[in-house]
Amino acid sequence: MTMTTKGKFGRFGGQFVPETLMTALQELEEAYEHYKQDESFQQELRYYLKEYVGRETPLYFAQRLTKHCGGAKIYLKREDLNHTGAHKINNALGQALLAKKMGKTKIVAETGAGQHGVATATACALLGMECIVFMGAEDVKRQALNVFRMELLGTKVVAVEKGSRTLKDAVNEALRYWVTNVETTHYILGSALGPHPFPVIVRDFQRVIGDETKKQILEKENRLPDAVVACIGGGSNSIGMFYPFIEDREVALYGVEAAGKGFETGKHAAAINAGKTGVLHGAFMYLLQDDNGFVQEAHSISAGLDYPGVGPEHCYLHETGRAKYVMATDDEALAAVKLLCRTEGILPALESAHAVHYATELAKTMDPDQIIVVCLSGRGDKDVHTIYDALGGELA
Amino acid sequence: MSQIKEAILETNRQGHKAFIPYIMAGDGGLEKLKPTILKLQELGVTAIEVGIPFTDPVADGPTIEEAGVRALANGTTLRKVLETLAGFAHEIKIPLIAMTYLNPVLAYGIGQFAKDAHKAGIRGVIIPDMPLEESDLVHPALKAAGIDLVQLVSLTSTPERIEKLTKASEGFIYAVTVNGITGARSSFEGDLESHFKKIQSYTDTPVLAGFGISTPEHVKQFGSFTSGVIVGSKIVDSLAKGDWDAIENLVKASKTVPLA
Repeated sequence: MTMTTKGKFGRFGGQFVPETLMTALQELEEAYEHYKQDESFQQELRYYLKEYVGRETPLYFAQRLTKHCGGAKIYLKREDLNHTGAHKINNALGQALLAKKMGKTKIVAETGAGQHGVATATACALLGMECIVFMGAEDVKRQALNVFRMELLGTKVVAVEKGSRTLKDAVNEALRYWVTNVETTHYILGSALGPHPFPVIVRDFQRVIGDETKKQILEKENRLPDAVVACIGGGSNSIGMFYPFIEDREVALYGVEAAGKGFETGKHAAAINAGKTGVLHGAFMYLLQDDNGFVQEAHSISAGLDYPGVGPEHCYLHETGRAKYVMATDDEALAAVKLLCRTEGILPALESAHAVHYATELAKTMDPDQIIVVCLSGRGDKDVHTIYDALGGELA
Repeated sequence: MSQIKEAILETNRQGHKAFIPYIMAGDGGLEKLKPTILKLQELGVTAIEVGIPFTDPVADGPTIEEAGVRALANGTTLRKVLETLAGFAHEIKIPLIAMTYLNPVLAYGIGQFAKDAHKAGIRGVIIPDMPLEESDLVHPALKAAGIDLVQLVSLTSTPERIEKLTKASEGFIYAVTVNGITGARSSFEGDLESHFKKIQSYTDTPVLAGFGISTPEHVKQFGSFTSGVIVGSKIVDSLAKGDWDAIENLVKASKTVPLA
């Protein structure tokens, strides 16, 4: 366990929310602790994950990518093959089921790239719940097709015209909506962020990624990997992948933050590497901010990594040195998209491409008998337009 | 005794309800801060809540958020607000209460903030994103500087929480009248009178109502079963429009509530 005291990972985490939400957080914690132990709830969740989401996802040996890098063997955990195209459905479905058991009739969620919004809209359609999703106006523009997908699924999408008009502003607005409608509504936070117990709930619903990976690599290689690599926005796919490996000290854990246009330009989303701590959206964490404590805008080509903070459990894993937090730029992610398309016929999400980039660099420094697992958290169909704008003219 | 509590009790002794207006520091420029505070003081308000702008004000509705955006746009920071206040603190006879989100205070440094805030005439602090459970972070420094930490009680607070919050709250108890964020409302739901009486039953610290109070009628309605009211969005809106008559009418209403 990395939780050191109630609701805290070392000095990170906590419950920094308005008093109106404190009772709701307590109820959520109690309900979650109950259903976590409840075999029929877990059985129902497993049923949907298998029959509806399509788990387990393959752990695929990327032979041509491995050969291209000329080092360690690279395996891809194919979360991109989940229903709705990313790992986000694991958490959205788990929390929607939990909310239903708690007697809530409405769901509110925020979304950046739209993947969590689509996953939540999907879970709500499946379970017959009302759903409202807040999305930064800038992201609505960048991800117009995902907005339409959510609307097709019966969800109301609200464009947030405030602040930087991206993910953090969508979280602000979702929190305001939740404060106002707390008695009927559950907030499905999309990443391992926010006030306790959200970082724990999201991690527990995402740990299926790491649990499956561990079982699969033991079947295929009869040993654990030397390194595990995953991208970090808020940090949900990465904490889900890392968590089951935390006690396995021989497995190196690498979280890849978005360096945007380059860390030195200041136009990035690398909160841990920037090194300042603060409070936003209910948690004490690493946070991009100026000297006055005002939160700064994050920058990344991938909307899903475009967030100024990072989940508290990652902050703790960084501070204790258990996981290492590295970076990849927009350009490196784009190059990784192209590389994975050409070597493996897989179009990764721009978020996941950050992890792919770092893994290819890492592989080159390792021996052929060593193993890297990359969490391929999502597929890139949603990003084709962005990738086209960035690379369209250059493809030969 | 707490200077804020004393000011509220003194107002009540004079047969009036406490009236605390909220202003957004830096809205319209920091140079407006001094004349605004002195004029409110002249109108006979009990204390003034001075809002510090923040990039992500999750507890605030559109009126205060937009005022914050305007204040940020002209370069307002916590440091500049405290410096400006310190420049005329000797002219301020009523206690000031800072309303700030936690992160600017953490960035400032908690100990230094407490010292500089006291010099600026701040006698109480409200931090809407810091519940009681996390308050150890700032409470010792505030206490050392002689600044009250005011707790909010919400409609969703359980009886156990209400008891803890009322016992911990210093200066007064900020009782939220709605589930939701700050901002003017036309009506309120539920049996608020018994909710407020329940809160008051735990403590002799005065209970004030806030969030959504925007008309002289609201002031009288809430004043009839509390020690006073806090008016935010309506004041911010009136100041932005330069409508001092509206502000005066709100303050007057607090002086015409029959004592319970």
